[in-house]
Amino acid sequence: MNSFLELSQIGKTFYTEGVAFEALTDVSLRINEGEFVSLIGHSGCGKSTVLNLVAGLDEVTLGGVILEGREITEPGPDRAVVFQNHALMPWLTVFENVALAVRATFRGRKSKAEMREWIEHNLALVNMSHAADKKPHEISGGMKQRVGIARALSMQPKVLLMDEPFGALDALTRAQLQETTMAIHSELGNTVIMITHDVDEAVLLSDRIVMMTNGPQATIGQVVDVNLPRPRDRLALAEDLQFNHCRRLVLDFLYASHGHDNDSTDADAPAAPVPAISESRERTSEVAATASDEAA
Amino acid sequence: MTTVALRLRSASAKAPKLLAKSVIPALGIALFLLCWHGVASNIETSLGQFPGPAQVLSQSQALYEEHQEQRAKADAFYERQEKRNAAKLEKNPDATVKWRDYTGKPSYLDQITTSIWTVMFGFALATLIAVPLGILCGLSDRVSEAVNPMIQIFKPVSPLAWLPLVTMVVSAVYVSDDPMFEKSFLNSAFTVTLCCLWPTVINTTVGVAGIDRDLVNVGRVIKLPALTNVTQIVLPAAVPMIFTGLRLSLATGWMVLIAAEMLAQNPGLGKFIWDEFQNGSSNSLSRIMVAVLTIGLIGFLLDWLMLQLQRTVSWDKQAVLR
Repeated sequence: MNSFLELSQIGKTFYTEGVAFEALTDVSLRINEGEFVSLIGHSGCGKSTVLNLVAGLDEVTLGGVILEGREITEPGPDRAVVFQNHALMPWLTVFENVALAVRATFRGRKSKAEMREWIEHNLALVNMSHAADKKPHEISGGMKQRVGIARALSMQPKVLLMDEPFGALDALTRAQLQETTMAIHSELGNTVIMITHDVDEAVLLSDRIVMMTNGPQATIGQVVDVNLPRPRDRLALAEDLQFNHCRRLVLDFLYASHGHDNDSTDADAPAAPVPAISESRERTSEVAATASDEAA
Repeated sequence: MTTVALRLRSASAKAPKLLAKSVIPALGIALFLLCWHGVASNIETSLGQFPGPAQVLSQSQALYEEHQEQRAKADAFYERQEKRNAAKLEKNPDATVKWRDYTGKPSYLDQITTSIWTVMFGFALATLIAVPLGILCGLSDRVSEAVNPMIQIFKPVSPLAWLPLVTMVVSAVYVSDDPMFEKSFLNSAFTVTLCCLWPTVINTTVGVAGIDRDLVNVGRVIKLPALTNVTQIVLPAAVPMIFTGLRLSLATGWMVLIAAEMLAQNPGLGKFIWDEFQNGSSNSLSRIMVAVLTIGLIGFLLDWLMLQLQRTVSWDKQAVLR
């Protein structure tokens, strides 16, 4: 049976000044429609490369990416990308940034009034209607990322690709945006591939967590199914056995089996797994408690 | 109370700014005039003493008076012509009447106007070629690699080396019974164009090639048509670099124009300087010095105009432009 999105034995080699660097080797993954998949791994393991290959921004060296039975050869609005640093045009307003994508995607398919309505609908989806006429420099980092998500959603993508979407945000804003993402996912049921560094984020949002080994020649090391019922409540999950089991699996993989030998180069990676768990557990509950205030 | 205190504080904060903005430059200018005067009075040339600020001022007044005399002569000429033709037509309504332009010597102000129009025309033409070419080079490595050797070879060539070629080509190609432009105007303007091209092409290329990868990728993901991509993403992103190029181009264009006018005896400030030099009267050096200062002031004005244009065109109103 054919799956919705299939990564079939992908390999990617970069050539810089004649020197070959094999970033990915034999990456195979099948993703079902409506599934939320997280890619997690250490910096430089090729997560972003996988995303770029699915987006079509980069070309595969070996294998292929197949979406609904068709091989991906170029970028397109059916695979919208949410960039890590929002990538909004600084010279356009929030509304115009989304409009740029809507006009290009629905040219000849929607009337002007319909486009306008659709842009407003997508801004409302991420709670950004109030800032429609503001320029990106006038709004906060979290708000920019909301607009980035609205722009991506406005293309009605088959697959939503999120490249560390909340990596540049503070913990409180991140928690808020995670809630928004979960709400949107349950409402629209879109297929999502998200890159993240954050173990809690991965477990909270995903149906499956794909863990990658360290590069070069990175590949998929292990896949964890997160069989938690939705909607998920981060406060309740903090004590949930299944939730903590999944987290434990991911942490084990990242820091015990595939920890960096040279930890000094990676400031994000804690030296030992145990303190990392307790630290992040505390942080999660704090975040959840204040996030509800923030949302008001 | 507090508002008064605040106002006082802001007033005292403004005072140093005012000092820096007007008093200090005025001091600098005064000091320069003093040095100039001192040095000038010690230089004797075969055409008399080197002109100091006072002589230059009196000559600039003289030049303005001459301009008004010329204007009056021209007006009188046209009035006579009008009367003569009207009388002719009254006698015989079918008579063919001739309308001639006044052919008196162009005044100093006429020369200034000619030079400004010439540099504007040459610069505008160069911009129309250089910006699109720069965008193409910035967007495509292949175009850039193909065009780059030509840029590198022609960039260091003094446009004056082109002048004889331009002159010959214009007189061979631009043949018309009722020419819209003087040939001398086109010669000077094309020479300006040739040197205005390069800074704009190079800076536009760099600006376009240096656009944030993410923004470029947004354009690719939403599949923007090529032209929309240029107008919506490439041009706004590259505006600062394009203007850097344009301002460099206009500045060199203005310098080259004066030299070209001197060399080719094309009307303009350059010709004025050369004529005065050949004339060799006791006022010549002062008049040339007037021209030197005029050239500087106009160059300054042109750059200021470009800066204002950049302010209106640029999306980034926070950026400090200087």
